Amino acid sequence: MEIPAARDPVDAAREAFGDAVLHVKEFRGETTIVVEALRAAEALDFLRVTSGLVYNMLSDVSAVDYYPNDYGDSFDGDESDYRPERFGVSYHILSMLYNRRLRVKAFVAEDDPRLPTATVVWPAANWLEREIADMMGIVFEGHPDQRRLLMPDDWYGHPHRRDYPLGKETVAFSFNVDEIHEHKPFAKD
Amino acid sequence: MAVAEQTQSIEEQRRWEGSLDQLRGLVSERAITGETMLLNMGPHHPSTHGVLRLLLELDGEQIVSCLPDIGFLHTGIEKSVEDKSYEKAVPLTDRMDYLSPMSNNMAFSAAVEKLLDLDVPERGQIIRIVCLELARCASHLVWLGTHAIDMGAMSVLLYAFRERERILGMFEMLSGQRMMSSYIRPGGVWRDVPDDFLPTIKQFLNDFPAKVDDYEALLTKNPIWKDRAQGVGVIEPDVALAYGLTGPALRGSGVNWDLRKAQPYSGYETYDFNVPLGEHGDVYDRYLIRIHEFRESMKILNQAVARLETVQGPYRSENNKYCPPLRSELGQSMEAVIHHFKLWTYGYDAPDDEIYNAIESPRGEIGCYIHGTGANKPRRVHFKTPSFIHISALPVVAKGYLLADMVAIIGSVDIVLGDCDR
Repeated sequence: MEIPAARDPVDAAREAFGDAVLHVKEFRGETTIVVEALRAAEALDFLRVTSGLVYNMLSDVSAVDYYPNDYGDSFDGDESDYRPERFGVSYHILSMLYNRRLRVKAFVAEDDPRLPTATVVWPAANWLEREIADMMGIVFEGHPDQRRLLMPDDWYGHPHRRDYPLGKETVAFSFNVDEIHEHKPFAKD
Repeated sequence: MAVAEQTQSIEEQRRWEGSLDQLRGLVSERAITGETMLLNMGPHHPSTHGVLRLLLELDGEQIVSCLPDIGFLHTGIEKSVEDKSYEKAVPLTDRMDYLSPMSNNMAFSAAVEKLLDLDVPERGQIIRIVCLELARCASHLVWLGTHAIDMGAMSVLLYAFRERERILGMFEMLSGQRMMSSYIRPGGVWRDVPDDFLPTIKQFLNDFPAKVDDYEALLTKNPIWKDRAQGVGVIEPDVALAYGLTGPALRGSGVNWDLRKAQPYSGYETYDFNVPLGEHGDVYDRYLIRIHEFRESMKILNQAVARLETVQGPYRSENNKYCPPLRSELGQSMEAVIHHFKLWTYGYDAPDDEIYNAIESPRGEIGCYIHGTGANKPRRVHFKTPSFIHISALPVVAKGYLLADMVAIIGSVDIVLGDCDR
């Protein structure tokens, strides 16, 4: 069987999606393609099935929170970096045939954090997206199972957001143990 | 307690306050009507290899659907790392996959090195390979022992743990810790190997192949083992790829994909070893692959130990902005003291950008996504762990098999709940 020649994923995506490809970045040999959030799943499917690309495996889905001021108008960092919204969701995909990786990234806004699910493209996305929905509070539209994954069902908030405090336990010593126990909810009575 | 009271409390316990409607769409309609039985397996069950809860829908003994419930061991490692400088985050990574902490150290360290564009000297890379392959053996030994005990072969566990103890002894020699070693760090390893390490590992490499033969003698042709393992838990290659399985679970289905070969790191490309592949994708093939991986690891270790004797030089990067200076320099060089102080108080800045780096752990691809902030702490660290992916695929693997096969399937995909929940 003859293997079709590898195509440049950036050119192919630009050709197929035009303006929906918002930005392209290279860093440490890794290519990032930023696409419009609403067309992310469509772009992933295109990259998976198109000959010459064949990104057949989803390695990872991870989300990053640019809170408080590293996105949008208040971002004064590197000009070449592109961060229009607060949350970035990255799909790390892998082409075993051409042995290369690609990151497809979508930005979602703070007030309406939603994008279509990639579960239809790879079943592997099911839990990876559920974890992000749980920990970052991003809604994946059309996801078959929208329960929380790691946190308990009645948990309040999304722990991996940058404005979610990192809890600390005060060490109890003899001199402050009464003070600590006063505002602890455990069963005293 | 009076009998009447006791009966009442049991009645109360039986009353379930949840509603079946919560499960609508996740289990079949027959479970809602009560035609099939819903059964909890775990979280306290010896053969779930940790605190994994499976909600099984059973038609007689047959599994109709399976809903894994995870998160019992969630410790917020990814969140904690955001509050630590890069070097100080390494001990947290030990606690993810607690059966092969060295692989976690390596996944994180390699990712930080990629983010910083930091090189590791050759001797450091060889020591890393020794650690990684020893960790692979130690992890597979626990897998072998527990998998066999799940299926009723009691004695294998004792033999496997006897050999694992020797490996943990070597880790203690290297790092001072048997398990939570934190030995592999960004830029290299913590310290050079001690003098008595080489004779110890040579003795181990001399003894171990015969032990692997012993395990095989107990299991490979054992008719009970074959009955329980062959044709059970078959994963088709396309299913394995769609669900993102990696490691022996993927290679058991015959897909030739090993990151040590495909995207070599730490100099794996210079070692001579093979990647064992399965044919049927069943429990038995995954067992055979791990047994063969013992032998391949021995090959790599023999080559690495030989190199360790000839290749001298630094074992961690000499770029003192990122790696601490040698202890001996501290009394002589003011600059070394400054570097040392700066590293242990502040750490170092990493670029405000993102990278993803993956290595082959004993269980599969363990990936690390780091997004820096431009300062000394990361904005986000995410670990893509093989156990997480493998548990998410359990429902599709287990479907249609019997309840007793579930134990064999869980054992054969080799999950660690610390790795899954992080």
